[in-house]
Amino acid sequence: MTLLTTVAAAIICTILWYRNLPGNEMRLGTLSLMFWGASVMWFVDAIFGYMEDGMAFFNPDLSDMLNEFYLGLSVVSLGLIIWLVILLIKDPRGVLKKALFGKSSK
Amino acid sequence: MACFLVPTAEAVVTTVMTKVIESKEKTKLPEEKAENEISVDASVKIPLSRKMKWLNNMLWGGSALLAFEHVWHGEVVPYFPFLTAAGDPASAAEMLHEMATAGVLMAVLVTAVWGCMVVTADYLAKKASQAGKVEEK
Repeated sequence: MTLLTTVAAAIICTILWYRNLPGNEMRLGTLSLMFWGASVMWFVDAIFGYMEDGMAFFNPDLSDMLNEFYLGLSVVSLGLIIWLVILLIKDPRGVLKKALFGKSSK
Repeated sequence: MACFLVPTAEAVVTTVMTKVIESKEKTKLPEEKAENEISVDASVKIPLSRKMKWLNNMLWGGSALLAFEHVWHGEVVPYFPFLTAAGDPASAAEMLHEMATAGVLMAVLVTAVWGCMVVTADYLAKKASQAGKVEEK
């Protein structure tokens, strides 16, 4: 469930990144790469889980599924927080610097 | 247990490599300008430092989110030895085995995905460059 949640987040971010091309002001590429990286890592985790549990891997308990989904949502939230921090620090449009110091980054 | 440490270690190495490559590219560019050697192909070509940043984002982002999952499951704790499995030798051996199998496979697979991205991006850049040349003619 964590893998599926992260893959869904990665797909949504990639679509949003593609829609905003050629501009990259919102740094959506960074966010989508973060989620894709995590998705690949959880995919490896899933392979090892399948090797260990066999077919039982595809039939988790409802409580386990809910817990994993809750974890997936938390992971996506953390990814969004990291992206927001990067966006505010890099400030590609210079609006934050302008608002705080009254001058643009250019 | 601690599989995320392998991609994190790779991320440290690739970040240092990116910084070195970036500084080399910065020093190389003015030389090329002076020699007037910049061709249409060079302007279309994606710099290696930019490609390396894609890998860095995947490795750092993935490792950070995976580390959070380990905290969630109580495998990483905020006090010494930070990894619960490092407490006793049997669990430590299991942890090292997991790092050597799952951790290494994670790092390899992320790098392989990045490799595919780089090959595709280079192909698209080359295609765009060729299309530009045809239009010029």
